[in-house]
Amino acid sequence: MASPLVSIDDLTVQFRTDRGWANAVEGVSFDIAEGECVGVVGESGSGKSVTALSILRLHARGAARYSTGAISYAGRDLLQASERDLRRIRGRDIAMVFQDPMSSLNPVLTICDQISESLRLHQGMSRAAARKKAIELLDLVRIPDAARRVDEYPHRLSGGMRQRVMIAIAIACRPRLLIADEPTTALDVTIQAQILELLRDLRAELGMAVMLISHDLGVIAEFARRVIVMYAGRIVEDAPVDVLFQSPRHPYTEGLMASMPALDGGAARLYAIPGRIPDPDETIDGCRFGPRCAHSEPICRTAPPRLIAIADGHRLRCTPRTRAADLT
Amino acid sequence: MARLIALRILQAAPVIVIVSILAFLLINLLPGDPAVVIAGDQASPEAIEAVRHNLGLDRPLIEQLGIWFVHLAHGNFGASLVLNQSVLSAMGERLPVTLSLAGLSIAITLPIGIFAGAIAAYYRQTWIDSFVMTVALIGVSVPAFWIAILSVILFSVILRWFPTSGYVEFSHDPGLWLRSLVLPAVMLSLFQIGFLARMTRSAMLDVLSQDFIRTARSKGLSEWTTVGKHAFRNALILIITAIGILLSTAIGGSVVIEQVFALPGVGRLVVQGILARDYPLVQGVMLIYGFAFVAINLAVDLLYTFADPRVRYD
Repeated sequence: MASPLVSIDDLTVQFRTDRGWANAVEGVSFDIAEGECVGVVGESGSGKSVTALSILRLHARGAARYSTGAISYAGRDLLQASERDLRRIRGRDIAMVFQDPMSSLNPVLTICDQISESLRLHQGMSRAAARKKAIELLDLVRIPDAARRVDEYPHRLSGGMRQRVMIAIAIACRPRLLIADEPTTALDVTIQAQILELLRDLRAELGMAVMLISHDLGVIAEFARRVIVMYAGRIVEDAPVDVLFQSPRHPYTEGLMASMPALDGGAARLYAIPGRIPDPDETIDGCRFGPRCAHSEPICRTAPPRLIAIADGHRLRCTPRTRAADLT
Repeated sequence: MARLIALRILQAAPVIVIVSILAFLLINLLPGDPAVVIAGDQASPEAIEAVRHNLGLDRPLIEQLGIWFVHLAHGNFGASLVLNQSVLSAMGERLPVTLSLAGLSIAITLPIGIFAGAIAAYYRQTWIDSFVMTVALIGVSVPAFWIAILSVILFSVILRWFPTSGYVEFSHDPGLWLRSLVLPAVMLSLFQIGFLARMTRSAMLDVLSQDFIRTARSKGLSEWTTVGKHAFRNALILIITAIGILLSTAIGGSVVIEQVFALPGVGRLVVQGILARDYPLVQGVMLIYGFAFVAINLAVDLLYTFADPRVRYD
């Protein structure tokens, strides 16, 4: 197998709190292959966005620190790279689309200006060439009347259109990895489907790898080939999408599945996992999902479970279930 | 765009009329009989009657107001009671001094205030931030007349770098003109720099935490472009408001500073006018100040439309 495009190894990200540094993400390891489509799913506070932002080191300055781990890209550790080197990767090799298109675009700059910026920076285009390319990109993300829209300001566009502009900005320099952090969460359901379809088409067209982050398993199922389930800053399960949906192994994954509304479910009450996700600085003995787990056993409270490969391409962090998998 | 400008000017017109009426009423708001007050303690009844007639105070109030507006429309602000010249020419002589002082002080304030505020915001919660904010707090807290007098003692009397007082016209000698204004302008700027730095800091802090700043960084833009272009263009909207307030405070501040440095400006003129009970003069300066406030606010409104595209369209 070829070496992965991006390899995250034992990443721990800490945030400053009133009581010192707390682990928002702990010991996260996974690879993204060239052209691969990885979905990351989990509740709010599970550390998915924190992990994504770490790849480009986009956390607010001073608020976060990377206490362990490495993120390798093109033979270099992005966590150790200089700001200068990192800036050459941001927007050119690895680009990001953020959750809220209403606030992610600069309100006082034109669409043209915001798309051309990275083209002029990374590809040394002239103003005129960048403008031409910006119109092409708007066409590519299917914004009608691109030649006119390019000179408008973001407030003149709808949420869905703005997210298309965000995507145009992100793919401007043909990145090898596109990180989409909840790209459809802030949008209407019908618009969500259009944006996902657009992302899927662009991925096929440009051959880039995509890391899609969502709290919505439905979105992930439609899009990703491989799914990483995160809980309280840790990966709890990592499996190909069909395996995960047919036979989820982690109780948390099962809970997520059960809390998805089924189309034929009728008026049945939606399942909700009891309890809430623990704060990063909360101490819990053993498994961090333990207090909410319906299948918790005594061993879960004594030793924290490890993430173990139970099959090819299937990793699981659950002591009793890992043992069961070994026995069969 | 042109419609917006026309609308703003139309909205300013009623304010100007109200300011004019208030200036007119000044003379009627005097305690007692204005003619008696103006003519002085020793005046004979005939002299008082003459003053009353000369000022038109023997006519009905509404007629007086009509005459006042007719005169204003002709650019006639009346004659000074003390200076032996028309109010308009008295102000015309003094205005360049005040404009020089205010202009120089704004020229000092804008770059320093904005830069200091932006730096403090960028390095928030570091010693740089604390240092800038402490100096800014001193700037807004220290009374101008006090620090101005101290500065005269230090820089003019002891060090002899600047003249202690007086004004040299620009056309006479630009070097001496600048030398006579630097110290007053810096003293006038102290409050303004402090104020502008604090406003800029809070505007920049607000903008720097916005999502689009993260977007800018995610494109690989340098910190200079991220802060100087993406953040500053947004903060500018608030900074323009602050500059409008600053220009207004410069009018009030110039009265004090001109007094301390004996600069023959409009501020000093109005103080003299008040002390000498030269009511037409005070009325004239009041009008000029009122017009200046309206003009500043109009300019700020129009600048918004350049800084913020959302205002431009709506």
